[in-house]
Amino acid sequence: MNTLLEVSGVSVSFDGFKAINNLTFNIGAAELRAVIGPNGAGKTTFMDIVTGKTRPDEGRVIWGEKSQSLLAMSESQIAQAGIGRKFQRPTVFEDQSVADNLMLALRNKRGPLAVLRFRPSGDDHAKVRDLATQIGLTQALERKSGELSHGQKQWLEIGMLLAQDPKLLLVDEPAAGMTPAEREHTTEILVEAAKTRAVVVVEQDMEFVRRLGCKVTVLHEGSVLAEGSIDHVTSDEKVIEVYLGR
Amino acid sequence: MSEARLTQSRRGPLVARHPSLVIFLVVLALFTLGVTVLAEGFGMGMISTSFVKTLGKTLCLCLVALAMDLVWGYCGILSLGHMAFFGIGGYAIGMWLMYARTEIIVAESMAAAALPPTAAEISQGIATQIFGVVGASEFPPIWAFAHSLPLQLAAVVLVPGLLALVFGWLAFRSRVTGVYLSILTQAMTLALALYLFQNDSGLRGNNGLSGLQNLPGLDAVPQATVSLWFFWGSALALGLAYALCTWVVSGKFGSVIRAIRDDESRVRFLGYSVEAYKLFIFTFTAILAGIAGALYYPQAGIINPAEIAPIASIYLAVWVAIGGRGRLYGAVIGAGFVSLLSTWFTGGQAPDVNLGVYTIQWVDWWTVLLGLSFVAVTLFAPQGIGGLFDLLSRRARAEEGPQGLKEAPQK
Ligand SMILES: Nc1ncnc2c1ncn2[C@@H]1O[C@H](COP(=O)(O)OP(=O)(O)OP(=O)(O)O)[C@@H](O)[C@H]1O
Ligand SMILES: [Mg+2]
Repeated sequence: MNTLLEVSGVSVSFDGFKAINNLTFNIGAAELRAVIGPNGAGKTTFMDIVTGKTRPDEGRVIWGEKSQSLLAMSESQIAQAGIGRKFQRPTVFEDQSVADNLMLALRNKRGPLAVLRFRPSGDDHAKVRDLATQIGLTQALERKSGELSHGQKQWLEIGMLLAQDPKLLLVDEPAAGMTPAEREHTTEILVEAAKTRAVVVVEQDMEFVRRLGCKVTVLHEGSVLAEGSIDHVTSDEKVIEVYLGR
Repeated sequence: MSEARLTQSRRGPLVARHPSLVIFLVVLALFTLGVTVLAEGFGMGMISTSFVKTLGKTLCLCLVALAMDLVWGYCGILSLGHMAFFGIGGYAIGMWLMYARTEIIVAESMAAAALPPTAAEISQGIATQIFGVVGASEFPPIWAFAHSLPLQLAAVVLVPGLLALVFGWLAFRSRVTGVYLSILTQAMTLALALYLFQNDSGLRGNNGLSGLQNLPGLDAVPQATVSLWFFWGSALALGLAYALCTWVVSGKFGSVIRAIRDDESRVRFLGYSVEAYKLFIFTFTAILAGIAGALYYPQAGIINPAEIAPIASIYLAVWVAIGGRGRLYGAVIGAGFVSLLSTWFTGGQAPDVNLGVYTIQWVDWWTVLLGLSFVAVTLFAPQGIGGLFDLLSRRARAEEGPQGLKEAPQK
């Protein structure tokens, strides 16, 4: 299996506290992966490192066929290289309509001059409508995204992520604050997305992870505690001790 | 239905997509026509020449407020240094005005001599005339292009643009934001003002440049006419800039800069280089400010370093806040309303208020009133005067609302 993202020996500390400790993590080009772990395990920090928000103290983060190091790239360059991210707290542009949010994320040229001349083509409009259908927001396209419910904002952010058409999706707790029906729909979207690209889902909810039916990585105190199928990791004693047995 | 609107709202020419642009341009045209008809220069003489100048200057202030709204209201960069760019534009055009007019005067006075003067003698004569007040008699290097109108016009655009580009690049690259950026821009304008105050700055120290209302070679044209020329020029510049800004803030570019204002780190993760956008807007608005200044100071007649003092840029922010930031007409209304009111109060026209024990003299108390209004707007009406239009349009929509609902099912 060819690796899309290779994180090896990465450590980062905040004021002496080691949030990520010699972490190693690989994911293939069309793979769905769940990352679980107790609060403060370093799941969000892991995503911060991959997306360029936090610079690690040591280690390597290698990306794609050309084996570029992500550590030398800015956040926007990493995003353009094909890594999209959904934040734990939904962050959409509340002042703008759902359609504008999606249009903003849609994969197109990103430079100021290109954007200044940009006129959405019929194709762009069609893509926005398709995405809206996928995330169930067709009726809300012209509404300000600030007026959406928490769950709808989560979906809008997933929609924005898909609009970017990234090679790797990093999704931080997508199901938080969703009803069971909404969760099920979210699972479908993620599983569908993972058919053509790599998806990393951070989630606390075991049921949700079970439904994803994929390989699971358990993080604890900034490093990998166990990795394998959901049944494998849930029967691992170390995992039971730190995570499930709480 | 939402589909139809989605596609409709983004097609057709700029004016068709933005009814507020049409309204603005029509109002501006009517205003310009009205003033012309009533002015001394061509019309009935009901508006004095000095008031035409005041109105023309006000249009220039509206133009720089437009720039401020773009950089602050839309992109979220609270620059407290944009009046520096305005001042630079004024100095750039002022240098040519002063040079060219002095050249004519000097040439005339020397023509009376027995021997025709050499070019060096004329140049020497001009330098003595201009720099006598600061005890110098030679042209400083920055006056190298002062003889050329096209070059000084280029400087109106290029100097503010380059300064903003370099300053912005340094600041945005190090991710200076918020209050720190505001302080940095204040420091920039303060440093520039302090530098210009020095006699050896090459721009006549605190004397500044004067006599700018006199156009070289056009002494025969009365000020009543010249004032209208500049008034028209200012109105034209404001109209063009308004259309340009409407184009910039509409569509996807506007969407990106508003997103930067609301959550810049999120925009980075979408793959946009936030720094590049900020730099673009900062530089573009600095150029607009420079052009506004170049139109303003020939109407004011004089420019000196006090015009670039940090307080000027703070006033600019206050106008935009009172008018309503994040909407272009808000900035124009704020600058127009507050600066005209300010002229009225500080010009001694406002009647003093006698409280018995104390007499409120508006010349002194106007600043206090302005400060209090700013606080009140910030606390109680963050949308500013522009917010009133929202109220009106919401009420209008509420009235036609039930009708709209009735029609919907028939579709
Ligand atoms: N910028 C920061 N400065 C200091 N400490 C930080 C910073 N970011 C994260 N931490 C610490 O690092 C640890 C890991 O945090 P992280 O947010 O990655 O955990 P998490 O696994 O995402 O937890 P949760 O399930 O609560 O979201 C926590 O103890 C946190 O307090
Ligand atoms: Mg987290």
